[in-house]
Amino acid sequence: METTVTTTTHPWSRLLHADGVHGSVYVDRAVYAEELRRIWRRTWVYVGHESEVPRRHDFVMKFLGPEPVIMSRDADGRVRLLLNRCSHRGNQVCTKPRGNSAVFTCPYHAWSFGSDGRLKHMSLPDGFPGVDRSKLGLAEVTRVASHRGFVFGSFAADGPSLAEHLGGAAEVFDRLVALSPENEVEITAGFLQHKVAANWKLLLENETDGYHPTFVHSSIFGVAQSGIGQLYSRNSAALSRDYGNGHTECDLRPQFRKLDVPLGWFGTTEERLPDYVRDMRAAYGEQRAREILIDGTPHAMIFPNLFIAEIQLFVLQPVSVAETVQHVTALQFKGAPALNRRMRQQTMGSVGPAGLLLADDSEIYERTHQGLAASGPEFTFIGRGAHREREDEAGYRIGDITDDLPSRGIWRHYRSIMESEL
Amino acid sequence: MSAAPIDLQREVERFVYREGYLQDRHEYDAWEALWTDDGVYWIPANGDEIDPEREMSIVYDNRSRIALRIRQLHTGRRLAQTPRSNLLRVVSNVEVINAAADEIEVRANAIIFESTPRRDTLWGTRYEYLLRRVDGTLRMARKKVMLVNNAKALPTLAFLI
Repeated sequence: METTVTTTTHPWSRLLHADGVHGSVYVDRAVYAEELRRIWRRTWVYVGHESEVPRRHDFVMKFLGPEPVIMSRDADGRVRLLLNRCSHRGNQVCTKPRGNSAVFTCPYHAWSFGSDGRLKHMSLPDGFPGVDRSKLGLAEVTRVASHRGFVFGSFAADGPSLAEHLGGAAEVFDRLVALSPENEVEITAGFLQHKVAANWKLLLENETDGYHPTFVHSSIFGVAQSGIGQLYSRNSAALSRDYGNGHTECDLRPQFRKLDVPLGWFGTTEERLPDYVRDMRAAYGEQRAREILIDGTPHAMIFPNLFIAEIQLFVLQPVSVAETVQHVTALQFKGAPALNRRMRQQTMGSVGPAGLLLADDSEIYERTHQGLAASGPEFTFIGRGAHREREDEAGYRIGDITDDLPSRGIWRHYRSIMESEL
Repeated sequence: MSAAPIDLQREVERFVYREGYLQDRHEYDAWEALWTDDGVYWIPANGDEIDPEREMSIVYDNRSRIALRIRQLHTGRRLAQTPRSNLLRVVSNVEVINAAADEIEVRANAIIFESTPRRDTLWGTRYEYLLRRVDGTLRMARKKVMLVNNAKALPTLAFLI
């Protein structure tokens, strides 16, 4: 009997409207399978930061979307993204979360691989006459590129470069590293891993949703005398921005500039961090340092999985259609130990499984995932602020901070990926 | 060291059972009152021996942040505890490790069953306490909660453990 393989194409135009998304897009396994193919195994995905493997032969276990990868610095100092699968029978060659090793030895039949992934040694070599070892290295992520030390990988052999993918959002990284007197970020504080029973896109959208903080986080804003509530109020000068390619931002600078207090974004003052302020002035000059310290760090979501969240960094890892792990750590600025200490303290309080903020976001992710499984209404509504969308000087769409503009941008990009020719 | 005197052992056991009871029952104020003014509540991540001053912990609360955590729970709008987790714990293997004049080091184990609207979770943990005698009664100066699975991705942990 002949078997016919039918590929079902999703009628995306019927699922994705300009002002709403069909519930099934979040909860349908077939949609998730298609995302693995079109997003996680094709586009640029954030993996890790160069500072996590500072020395030759350092390695750290990471994920490219759902797939584990070893981020390794080889003998020549190049950062590699190796797949954790022995070329012999497929056993995992690395089971440690991090370390330093010139060699990964598979415990199954003792084949060993260099920190560059090349096959170095096959045990009992008499059985392999004429076998070409150069073809039996560990597989590597097809393309690897970095910006400001942030390492991305793509399984697509061709397609847009990382610079093309980031587009205007590349400046987010430039603004971020400027908070370091040495113009560099370091990821050195270790990650918390917080899992939620929710589709990854609920997190993606929430990261630059400026409408929810007033409500979801009222319990902590009220008791912590936090200024964050004001930032996301109706009267805030802060903006939402769509950089295109799915990258979105809550641009808080307009509000911080109105307040005009250096380090006000961090709820502190120059007097409390005298060494840091001195080093920033020495590095950038008095005027520029003042601007940087007023503007603060960016709040931006780099599609599909990197959230630069002012003082911390989140990496979203989809595990299944209904499970996502948030990997989160404090951002650390090279040459700023006093600031870094406060960043760690504040991050530990805010995020992770017990975080005063993120536990509540995560509760909403899970409830929303269950809510979306209900059969009606069929579509979400993300039309808030559509009437006041405008363009900034660079031509990017902007809106008020509480508008749904970032979600609309994410879905516009999502649809273009899902409808594109493979 | 030799075994702790029986009365001290009993007093310590009574303290940790009481603490567990208050946590299970969400008696936030009574639980907060167990802390000394310099109390530290610590739940490490990625192993038990990390340096909390350098690396991320799940919780690393000084006394004022413990108070903040409690104030947030009291608002009734801490969504991750609305409704509150239904909790039942068994605390056991209580051992006095060291007993100086006013400070007592204690270790214990706990198995905690948490039921929430969407899941039931079994938490397994080792505890280390530093108890201090203040005006004749024991207080917590430090509580370290070493979850056996703290190197893995964990679900929300918004109750007092």
